[in-house]
Order: sequence, then structure tokens, then C-alpha cells
Amino acid sequence: MIFQKLAAPKYFYPFAGKLLPWVTGLCIITLLAGLYQGLFVAPPDYQQGETVRIMFVHVPAAWMSMFVYAMMAGACAIGLVWKIRLTDTFVTACAPIGASFTLIALITGSLWGKPMWGTWWEWDARLTSELILLFLYLGFMALQSAIDDPRRAARAGAILILVGVINLPVIHYSVEWWNTLHQPASVARVDGPTIHSSILIPLLVMATAFKLLFISVVLVRMRTAILENESDSRWLQEQGA
Amino acid sequence: MPANPTPGVFQAWLRVLQREMLLAYRQRNDILTPLIFFVIVVSLFPLGIGPEPKTLQLIAPGVIWVAALLATLLSLPRMFNNELHDGTLEQLLLSPQPVSVLISAKILAHWLTTGLPLVVISPVIALTFHMDNTALLYTVITLLLGSPVLSLIGAVGAALTLGLRGGGVLLALLVLPLYIPVLIFSTGAIIAASGGFPVDGQLSLLGAYLVIAVIFVPWVTNHALRVSLD
Amino acid sequence: MNWETFFNMGGYAFYVWGSYAVATIVLGLNVWLPLSRYRKLKQNLKKRYETSS
Repeated sequence: MIFQKLAAPKYFYPFAGKLLPWVTGLCIITLLAGLYQGLFVAPPDYQQGETVRIMFVHVPAAWMSMFVYAMMAGACAIGLVWKIRLTDTFVTACAPIGASFTLIALITGSLWGKPMWGTWWEWDARLTSELILLFLYLGFMALQSAIDDPRRAARAGAILILVGVINLPVIHYSVEWWNTLHQPASVARVDGPTIHSSILIPLLVMATAFKLLFISVVLVRMRTAILENESDSRWLQEQGA
Repeated sequence: MPANPTPGVFQAWLRVLQREMLLAYRQRNDILTPLIFFVIVVSLFPLGIGPEPKTLQLIAPGVIWVAALLATLLSLPRMFNNELHDGTLEQLLLSPQPVSVLISAKILAHWLTTGLPLVVISPVIALTFHMDNTALLYTVITLLLGSPVLSLIGAVGAALTLGLRGGGVLLALLVLPLYIPVLIFSTGAIIAASGGFPVDGQLSLLGAYLVIAVIFVPWVTNHALRVSLD
Repeated sequence: MNWETFFNMGGYAFYVWGSYAVATIVLGLNVWLPLSRYRKLKQNLKKRYETSS
């Protein structure tokens, strides 16, 4: 019942407005806690030394890049089945932050790689998959900006995201397979960024912080979109914006 | 005497196919251009990297396949754009026949005029790259299995980007990531076969991809076309 | 707490601090740009509503 009500911009707008300060506050707290854990409490790694601290940014960013895409796909599916317009607003709001997390994952992955592998880029399975995910995000954003009609943009975008999410496991599997195929057998490579239990706590705290940041950003973007789309409507004018 | 009885589904499908092939024949240039593009792109690599046979053998599977991807991309806008401007596309969507079936005929025609020529010319290209017989054989096989998938996935992209500015390049951006598994498994199969390794894994995956695409793409394309035309 | 060794990050200062800097800048933009856009839009709408009523 509550969700049906929230699907209308008229109710979602104030709801998001009330939610925002709490989410933002929690986000700042968890961010500071995570940074404290990651930079001060966690010891340097046996193998990776201080570069392990890059993991506290790289891994949550990579997790978020996939989480946001999954959220977008879920919203597209819900929007198609239940015909809720607000899901389009949500999906459009998610794309830039999702792409940003992907970009951060790639850059920090590269910065981690240089001291560990000696090169600025390696075509390992994880980084290559992240790169392709970035292409998927950018493609979606390019498609939406190329279409003027908002309705067509939303529906076309939804089809693209759903086709993308179905292909994602295939792409990921093929890249994994490709990577093992071309691995020089003799070289004992340092694996791509791996997760040890000792660094799990800062990782989870940072991941939570990033999630909360994602929610805040999306709420702000959705409120902006609602202001734009509903600027002529009664309820907004009565509210005085 | 009643007017023409509504044709059966297969007849309608056949008619669309015949019409597409006739139109393609009339616009022969549209078909030759991607093929020539394919040959030119492939030729650029020896020019850029050097004609050393060992090197060419090494890069051949990747080069041929990437060139095939790009040549297919070039030909994709043709699938729906022409009919967009004269209204036949809307007619197609209003047809009493199941539209997905008719769309599959269109995609088949696209493959016959784009992918199949690539398959036919690939042995020639393979020879110029000093590929051994096994590699050549598997180049043909993977192209045969994979090029229809390129046409199929491309159809979805073409339908989504119908009539948009920056169409061709945007289409490439949308579709190329989706082409990556086909690229990986095809080149992987060619390389494995050359080395004497088993390839049933890769070929089954390509085959599965093809089957799933044949089943789902016409339906998705139908929806994408309606979204673009509304 | 030896601040010098902390900032040095075992010689990996550029990589570690570079990573945190990139994340801060990118995420910061993600927060700042939508927020300023929202505020501007809200102001414009307020003005519009006041003048029309």
C-alpha cells in the first residue's frame, strides 16, 4: 500500500525530502568510520604493504558499480511490469553515479596495479569486466541523451539495460575464460585485488558508506527531476516549490 | 470470389524475405560496401604491423573477427532506416501476422546479405594471413555460427537507435560490448583448434548463443521498434 | 602517531593518496553537481510561482 502511494511524484517528493537528511547524516558517519578504519586501524598487508589501503576504495567502488546496475535493471523490470513512471526517473538518476563508481574502480585498480604488477594496466578478468561495464553505462547515458522524447528515452533505455543485464553474466564468464586462456603458464602472477578476512571490516563499512552516498545522490537527482517534470502541476505550486 | 485470403504465417514470412532480398539486390552498393570495408580493414594490419608470417598467423583470428564486427556495424542502420522514412516500417508493425516472425525474416535477409558474404570471403583472407588449414576451417565455422548472432544483436541496437542523430556511432557504442562474448569464444575456438585443443566448449557456447538469440531477439526487436516509432 | 610515515604510506604515497583523491573528487562531483542543480531549479521555480500568483 505504501509503495503504491510513493509511486506518485506528489508523495515521493516530500518523502525523499524527509529521508534525505537522515541518509546523508548516516553516510557521513559511516564514511568517517570507514576512513578511520581503513587509514589508521587496519595494518599494512604482508604482501601488499600499504597499498592494501587502496582496496578500501577500490573494492567497495567495484561492488557498487555492479549493485547500481542491478538496481537499474530491477527498476526497469518493475517499471515495465507495473508501469510506474517514477522508475524511469530512478534509472536515469542512477546512471551517472553508477558510471562514476565504475570509473573509480578502474582508476584505483590501475593505481593498485602499478606497484604490484609494475604496469599501469593489465587485461585481467576483473579490470576488463569493469571496463566493459563502464561501456554499458556510457552507452545507456549516450542513448538517453540522444533521444529528445523523455518517454521514448525511458523505454528505450529500459530495453537496453535489460538486454545488458542478461548479457552481463555471459560477458563476465567469457572474459574470465579469455583471461585464463591467455595466462602465460610459467609466470606466477600476483592475483588481481583479492579480499582477505583481515581487511573485511573497513571494506564493509566503506561499502555501507558508498551505498548511503548512492541513495542520497539518487534522492537529490530524483527530486530535481520531479521539480522539472511537474513544474506545472498544482501540488507543486501550492507547496511553493 | 473473395479477395486474396490472408496468407499463412510462413507465406508472409517468405514474402518479407523475398522483398528484402529484392531490395538488397537493387541496392547492391549497400551490400558491397561493408564487404569491401572488411577487406580494407583486414589489409591495414599487415600494413601497420609488418608482413612477417608468424605475426600475421598470431593476430589473424582477432583481426578477422574484429573486422567482421566493424563491417557488420556499418551495415546495421540499413536494416530499418530505409523503411522508416517511407512508412513501410509502420505497415510492418500493423501487420495481422505475428510481427516477431516478420522481423526474423528481415534479420535473416540482413545476415544473408552481410554475414554470409563475410563467411564466403574469409578463407581468402585467412590464406593471406598464412593461417594453417585448421585455423582457416575454424575461422569459417565460427563466422558461420557467430555472424548471425551479430545480425541478431545488431537488430536490437538498430531498432533502439532508429532515426536518432549520431545513429551509427551510437549504435556501435551500444552493440559492441554485447558482441564481446562472440568475439572471445570465436577467436578462442580458432586458436585452440590450431593448437590441437578441443573446441566443443566454445562451439557449444556459440551455438547456444545463436539459438537463444534466434528465439528472443525478434520479440525484443518488435518492442524496441514500437518504442522508437511511437 | 608519526605523521610523516603516515603520509609516506611505505613509499606508496602517490598510489594510496592518489586513489583516495580520485574517489573524493569523483564522488564529490556526484554530490555537488546534482545539489547545485536542485537548488538553482528550486529558486527559479519559487520565483516563477511568486510572480504568477
